[in-house]
Amino acid sequence: MSRLSDHNVVIAREIIARYPKPKSALIPLVHLSQEQNGYVTTEAMKHIAELIGVTPAEVYGTATFYEMFKFEPVGKYVVNVCGTMSCALLGAGELLHHAEEKLGVKAGGTTDDGLITLMPAECQAACTEAPCLQVNYRFRYRMTTSDLDALIDDLRAGRLDGEIPPHGTLGRTRQTIPDDRAVGAVHPDDVTTGPAWIPMEQDR
Amino acid sequence: MTDVVDDTTASAPEPEPDPDAVAVTLNGTAISARKGELVIAAAERHGAPIPHFCYHPRMTPVGMCRQCLVEVDTGRGMQLQPSCMITVSPDMVIDTESPTAKRAQEGMIELLLANHPLDCPVCDKGGECPLQDQAYAHGPGESRFVEEKRHYEKPIPISDLVLLDRERCILCDRCTRFADEIAGDKLIHFTQRGNETQVMTFPDEPFASYFSGNTVQICPVGALTAEPYRFKARPWDLDQRESTCTTCAVGCRTVVQSSRDELLRYQGVDSDPVNHGWLCDRGRFNFEAVNSAERIADPLVRTAAGLEPTRWNGALGAAASLINDALAKGGPSSIAILGGARGTNEDAFAWGQLADAIDTPYRDAQLGDGLPIEVLGLKRATIDDAANAATVVLLGPDLKEELPVLYLRLRDAAVSGRSKLVEFSAVDTGLSRHAWRSIRHEPGTQHDAVAGAVADEAIAEQLAAGDVVIVTGRQSLAESTDATVAALQRLLDAVPDATVLPALRRGNVVGALSLGMAPTGYDAIDAMTEAAAGTIDVLVLVGADPLNDFPDVELARDALTGARHIISVDTHLSESTQLADVVLAAAAYGEKAGTTTNLEGRVTTVAHQVTATGTARPDWMIAVELASLLGDHGFGDGHPLAEVTTVDDVTDAIVATAPLFPGVTRAALAASPDGVMTLQPAAALPDVAVSVPARNRYDYRLTVSRTLYDRAVGTAMSPSLAGLAPGSAAHVNPLDLAGIGVDDGTIVQLISAKATVSMPVVGNVRVPRGVVWAPFNQRTERGGHIEDIIDAGATAIDVRIERS
Repeated sequence: MSRLSDHNVVIAREIIARYPKPKSALIPLVHLSQEQNGYVTTEAMKHIAELIGVTPAEVYGTATFYEMFKFEPVGKYVVNVCGTMSCALLGAGELLHHAEEKLGVKAGGTTDDGLITLMPAECQAACTEAPCLQVNYRFRYRMTTSDLDALIDDLRAGRLDGEIPPHGTLGRTRQTIPDDRAVGAVHPDDVTTGPAWIPMEQDR
Repeated sequence: MTDVVDDTTASAPEPEPDPDAVAVTLNGTAISARKGELVIAAAERHGAPIPHFCYHPRMTPVGMCRQCLVEVDTGRGMQLQPSCMITVSPDMVIDTESPTAKRAQEGMIELLLANHPLDCPVCDKGGECPLQDQAYAHGPGESRFVEEKRHYEKPIPISDLVLLDRERCILCDRCTRFADEIAGDKLIHFTQRGNETQVMTFPDEPFASYFSGNTVQICPVGALTAEPYRFKARPWDLDQRESTCTTCAVGCRTVVQSSRDELLRYQGVDSDPVNHGWLCDRGRFNFEAVNSAERIADPLVRTAAGLEPTRWNGALGAAASLINDALAKGGPSSIAILGGARGTNEDAFAWGQLADAIDTPYRDAQLGDGLPIEVLGLKRATIDDAANAATVVLLGPDLKEELPVLYLRLRDAAVSGRSKLVEFSAVDTGLSRHAWRSIRHEPGTQHDAVAGAVADEAIAEQLAAGDVVIVTGRQSLAESTDATVAALQRLLDAVPDATVLPALRRGNVVGALSLGMAPTGYDAIDAMTEAAAGTIDVLVLVGADPLNDFPDVELARDALTGARHIISVDTHLSESTQLADVVLAAAAYGEKAGTTTNLEGRVTTVAHQVTATGTARPDWMIAVELASLLGDHGFGDGHPLAEVTTVDDVTDAIVATAPLFPGVTRAALAASPDGVMTLQPAAALPDVAVSVPARNRYDYRLTVSRTLYDRAVGTAMSPSLAGLAPGSAAHVNPLDLAGIGVDDGTIVQLISAKATVSMPVVGNVRVPRGVVWAPFNQRTERGGHIEDIIDAGATAIDVRIERS
């Protein structure tokens, strides 16, 4: 199935090289695999385990802590409707119900065309702008049912393609760290001096 | 005093008056704790056990369950502290029974029981459950939680042997910590951390650890259960005795449990010098073979209709007349006795005495798969010596496969940084990744590899840096012992003070070799060669199955057909037993008492727990009764075994006559559950000249070794283990697959000078290029037998691999 592509393996090795211990690259690599497939595949987790020298169970155990990693296929757009206090008081329940009817799926489900996954969500830290929701983690504030209708129509028509990348995409440009800007992390076993910002005994 | 149900009482060595004593106050009484000791351990040791679930004395404390909260004052007033996470400090005041501590403990129990199902009446753990016991002892008595408990699908198999009930799990981290810290198989992990934290494997990767059964034993609730014991008995119906596992030569202490006269479970006992409470799954679950319907219940004698059950008098008489006839016609050299390593010291001693009485020159407790007896005469190391040595040199088999608990001890030594491992091996082993230096050599050239290594500056410096223990055994069954013996000699020349731990595999092989079943000039290969040549009239197999166990199976086949008569003393109808003329039904493990000797020379007791199947008898009794029918060739008047009637008499006879066992009295054994050490013989290694045949570059050099699960009766007759054998296959480096021109899994032909066999080829990164590794004693429908290729006389074997 979907291991990391050859292209992504190159990126993965670059990410691993940033850390003194390969294991530290676990979360960035899970992000990379989600970017590749829209969700984290079983095969990708095995591949990551090979790349960083841990067992697949460790990758799985670590990754499943994080809500933003999906382990089942999701739509191109994941719509998270907040249901915590502020939003709940200002009509989040109605909003979610409306979205269910509009999309024809229950909360947690994906439309048949594989375009939109509707998810209930906990507080998204936009309580002053309630009710709020996110599309692939891009905020939409003070939503009304008609705003929601318009949003879904826009998504279906592809009018937001330039604004909202498919689920899993972390950023439009992948950052690389040029050699002269690398922090020069040192493996813990190789550390011989204290960090620069802590004056050592002899410097005082 | 040991207790398997709650491992918190595991035997810890009593403290000696030492300068590291720390004076603390425990519940108002002044006590002396040890420097660095955890509060929970100090309190337990001084009679104030603190309730707990996650704390385990053999693993790192994690403070997961919070059940061990007690009040502690370190100068800042009484505060609640998890006692498994703090070490004692001078003048510490500990109160484990204060109202505050009690309230905290009751609160924790109430919280744990909020989600734990109260299905104790149908739970296997009920009756021996730490949660149940502590809820009674430290719980509030009633719960305020009235809501619905959480629900999960249950139980789900997380391996072929272990099932998980997530509803019962209290997330103590014991099984996951064991898998990580002790076994090194991190195949189970906390997943979905948060409100739905649960222990789980990777979606398609089961918890296939050789040590998975230990997680069931240390689980403080009924969340983990083992397939072989599930729903078989209630703890209060179990009758138990402490014993020693004889599956391999490590000699782990166990408790053997039975109900209604049937073996139902083995549990590990914490023996500090040996197994630290752990068992491998093969040792833990192979009691199923004892209960197997395939057991030989009564002696059998060959008639025109085949092997027919008969009475003991008839069978013993038939066996005695075969031996007497052979003695009359061909003399003592027409009789060979092989085996004896499966049973107890008493069994081996009685058969050794019988071999002496008959005066046969052909006897051996090893079946051409061990090392020369002289290895036992080198300065012997104990397991503790090895696990604490500065350097451990591994010159033998993959310990994870052959002596699993020794692997755990050495892995711990390496991982904790106490010891550096220097490994010589033709393929990667379980310890390779923990080794300081893992030196690959072509199969059969370990002597050259050792010569190169001791000349290496860094390695020479390490070997000179402290104690050195050499763990040595038979790395490959496809090569003679010469290269190993030569390598061992070179190591001992370089490090004369090194001690040696023989990594011989068979359960009581050291006992058998020390008690009269050691070759007296001719070993098993010689006996087989003689039998194949037709000069052996009676071949006696004492728990030996050469057709499955002797590396050179062609020689074994020729020997068993060449011997005019075969007497087999066995528990199951093995392939070899089926060729016998007389089969004497032997009592199996758990059906007979006695003692056993492990690879260190440590003698421990073996318990008689259940009645033997049918009329089966212990091997020693069969030897003694056979001797009584041999007239002049039996045990004459005054012989130490002439008058024995019980196993205790035989134990006493060993103490009285066996030169290495003078201190191994029954009183000493009863006083020391961790065992009594035998004396050690002194011997020098035989001089060997190794000549390794040249090879051409198209051939692959063969290495054959055992895996934990194979077709030995202990696993083949245990339904839970039988399916775990990996099956026959030729493992080569994945890069070599292209050279052969095949894909992974294709059937190939292995062509040697001696035979051609076909089996699937497997790409395996653990095998270096140019080498082919095949597991020993495996069968699959598609796979041939690698044993057909093995040549008992060869220093090394090359095979050509071709697509078939």
